[in-house]
Amino acid sequence: MANLTPELEKARQKILKIAESYGLDCFETVFELITYDQINQFAAYGGFPVRYPHWRFGMEYEQLSKSYEYGLSKIYEMVINTDPCYAYLMEGNRMVDQKLVMAHVFGHCDFFKNNQWFSPTNRKMMDQMANHATRIRRYMDRYGVDEVENFIDKVLSLENLIDRHAPYRKKSSEKASSGVKAAELALLNVNRDYMDEYINPPDFVRHQKEKAAIEAQKMAKFPHEPQRDVLEFLMHNAPLKNWQQDVVSIIRDEAYYFAPQGMTKIMNEGWASYWHAKMMTQNIMNDSEVIDFCDAHSGTMAMQPGGFNPYKVGIELFREIEDRWDKGRFGKEWNECDDIHAKQHWDKKTGAGRDKIFEVRRNYNDVTFLDEYLTEDFCVRNKMFVYKFNKRTNRFEIDTRDFPLVKKQLLFQLTNFGQPIIQVENANFENRGELLLTHLYEGVEMQPDYTKETLKNLQALWTRPVNLATVIEGEGKLIRFDGQDFKEFSLSPQEPSSQASGAD
Amino acid sequence: MGATKRKVAPKEFCLAIKEDQARFRDIIRGRIKENFKKYVTHGEMVDKRENDFVKIPVPSIDIPRFKYGSKQRGGVGQGQGQPGDAMDGQPSEQGAGEAGNNEGQHQIEAEISMEELADILGEELELPRIEPKGKPRQDAEKNKYTGIAPVGPQGLRHFKHSYKQALKRYISSGTYTPDTPVIVPIKADMRYRSFKTKNVPQANAVVIYMMDVSGSMGEEQKEIVRLESFWINTWLKKHYKGLETRFIIHDATAKEVDEKTFFSTSESGGTLISSAYKLCQQMIETEYPTNDWNIYPFHFSDGDNWSGEDTRLCMKLLTEFFLPNVNMFGYGQVESKYGSGQFLKDLEREFPSDDRLVMSKIESRDKILDSIKDFLGKGK
Repeated sequence: MANLTPELEKARQKILKIAESYGLDCFETVFELITYDQINQFAAYGGFPVRYPHWRFGMEYEQLSKSYEYGLSKIYEMVINTDPCYAYLMEGNRMVDQKLVMAHVFGHCDFFKNNQWFSPTNRKMMDQMANHATRIRRYMDRYGVDEVENFIDKVLSLENLIDRHAPYRKKSSEKASSGVKAAELALLNVNRDYMDEYINPPDFVRHQKEKAAIEAQKMAKFPHEPQRDVLEFLMHNAPLKNWQQDVVSIIRDEAYYFAPQGMTKIMNEGWASYWHAKMMTQNIMNDSEVIDFCDAHSGTMAMQPGGFNPYKVGIELFREIEDRWDKGRFGKEWNECDDIHAKQHWDKKTGAGRDKIFEVRRNYNDVTFLDEYLTEDFCVRNKMFVYKFNKRTNRFEIDTRDFPLVKKQLLFQLTNFGQPIIQVENANFENRGELLLTHLYEGVEMQPDYTKETLKNLQALWTRPVNLATVIEGEGKLIRFDGQDFKEFSLSPQEPSSQASGAD
Repeated sequence: MGATKRKVAPKEFCLAIKEDQARFRDIIRGRIKENFKKYVTHGEMVDKRENDFVKIPVPSIDIPRFKYGSKQRGGVGQGQGQPGDAMDGQPSEQGAGEAGNNEGQHQIEAEISMEELADILGEELELPRIEPKGKPRQDAEKNKYTGIAPVGPQGLRHFKHSYKQALKRYISSGTYTPDTPVIVPIKADMRYRSFKTKNVPQANAVVIYMMDVSGSMGEEQKEIVRLESFWINTWLKKHYKGLETRFIIHDATAKEVDEKTFFSTSESGGTLISSAYKLCQQMIETEYPTNDWNIYPFHFSDGDNWSGEDTRLCMKLLTEFFLPNVNMFGYGQVESKYGSGQFLKDLEREFPSDDRLVMSKIESRDKILDSIKDFLGKGK
């Protein structure tokens, strides 16, 4: 095992046993005791001991180190989703903190292992990351540090343009081939000529022809279907050198590795917090540790004024679900009950709470979790609100506490990580080899300066001019960057995407 | 899987993050150099000075992405308040969905040490290193906390040593139980950090800034002086660790002031430059024996003096006292609408080629950089 002191090792074994007795099911978990400086280094590398060389890790490290040294922040726990799981304890923390961290970590491990959204994850990512580092170092040796680093900068700026749901779908290649062949009409087989116009009446023939024409138009376009995984598209279709292609694939792999952690942040933290609280208060803590535990726990659960704490929302939701299923507060009867008094004292003694939360942790991600279990009650109790920027007063203001709106905003914020959905629409736009991306506009516009900088990077990869159809100040616009200048064209406001693609 | 069992943080790993950090610092340095002229002519850097650091806003060091405008987006928060109330504090950029990805602001404030800043200044202006005058070096006393003592203030208690003492006592008295390793130190166990005095050789240096604060020196002129003095200080500090800075303002009379007053005072009287020079001379004679000190007087004015006679007196002071005794005497003439600029002409006539007297004409903010180069380019 790792380098734990005898006391910590004893605590670890005890906590693991407790965790297992509650039904938590973890990968083997290796704890290591490291110094604050090491923990900052690991954190800068996203938890991994080895990453490819890049300045942004250095920036992260410097920021973490400074804020630790100034006493502004401190990393309590870190755990990597691999098999075995690696987790880090910070040297010099109080014993009660170490126990809390261990309990919390077992919660995470259980989540990593059992939540379905982690099922396609590569559990040997530690080795994979080290391989990536070796490959990139080799390219740096061969092609020069600046050259490779500049290219990495460009690709990183497109890092979020992946299709987060792709790993959970079957490959779509067969689907494409089984589609209607463009040239052939799907007419019914006719043995006798004179029967033809009865079996394939003119209306039907016309209909089939139209369908074929649309299909042909689709096939003539490349990609046939809009593609969300922009990185993959570039990897295969942009004029890249071999090493550049490899760099794109490395960054894409790592983005996919981290994606499910982003998709389950609230649940994962909620789940781990739920278990550390339960185990600490019921099994682990001794009397002298109560105050320190409460201090640490409430610190993690604290809401910043106006902020949104995933730990807090997560743990409260899990507790509410457990309580509701323990008391039978679900199903048709509960939903249709209008009697406030009866609802307040509703207790069917179903006792299914524990099973329910285990089921929830297996099957949901943040979006589905909140969509299904966020209740108005919960919103009110946790004082949730929607804020908006008020241009007139030049400040952020509370907009509303109306439940459907809070929920809508929250789900919007979580969908696609709260980032705009962008897809490759056409790789031969205007029949000039230009790339057309469309932003699926959902009522929120993109940050213009960032958009332009990102387009520059995209153009550097694609080399031909690139276009983005989006909405700027309420108007559909096509932004075009040809390597020198930006140009904007107006699109019809209703449907920027189809207008843009139909123009060729 | 035993194969992945690693020793924590092997050497090469520690180096890797330091390499990344060095790359990051390089990039920041590059950005600062690119915009160096802008930084020099704008006061923003001077305003954000802390002891050994300055904070510099560096544009777009982060990686651009397609993202929603934060003002457009809004979000969900928790807390008190009615609709229409302002939010307490800024909404955190890290929305719920953006787990783990620090979005960061568009501009980051990079911290850079004065030392590094001086290096950049030196590189940009190709400044030669200053050779301290061949004077005996003054030993400065410095206390270093390297020792351990059994008595001392609580603030300096040394946990590790105290703990060791207590542990020793427990073990030797047989009261230590490994199962409940609770150690309670008593007074005799306590150990404290204590200092040893070391002599550190040091070249002493003083900069004396003199400025004309008569009516003809406006806000803009003073701002220029403020910026120049900041950069001069930065450069000199790199070479003299214990640099002292003094400030003298003058109109018809001169007085010593602190830094804040220096840059904020406006008088309306006439101008007698000699008053400042006399005060400066007095200051040097009483406090800075010229054998031990590297002395840098700088005088900024708009070039107006009350009378030719006073100018002659100034020349006399310069020839007889200042030039033989100081490393360098800097005269910066800040152009103003009202000043005649006569003093510079007089100086140029009197000392056509004395490299101990450095004269510089600063027409506007844009010329600050050139003027700094005038002053510091001599390697004095």
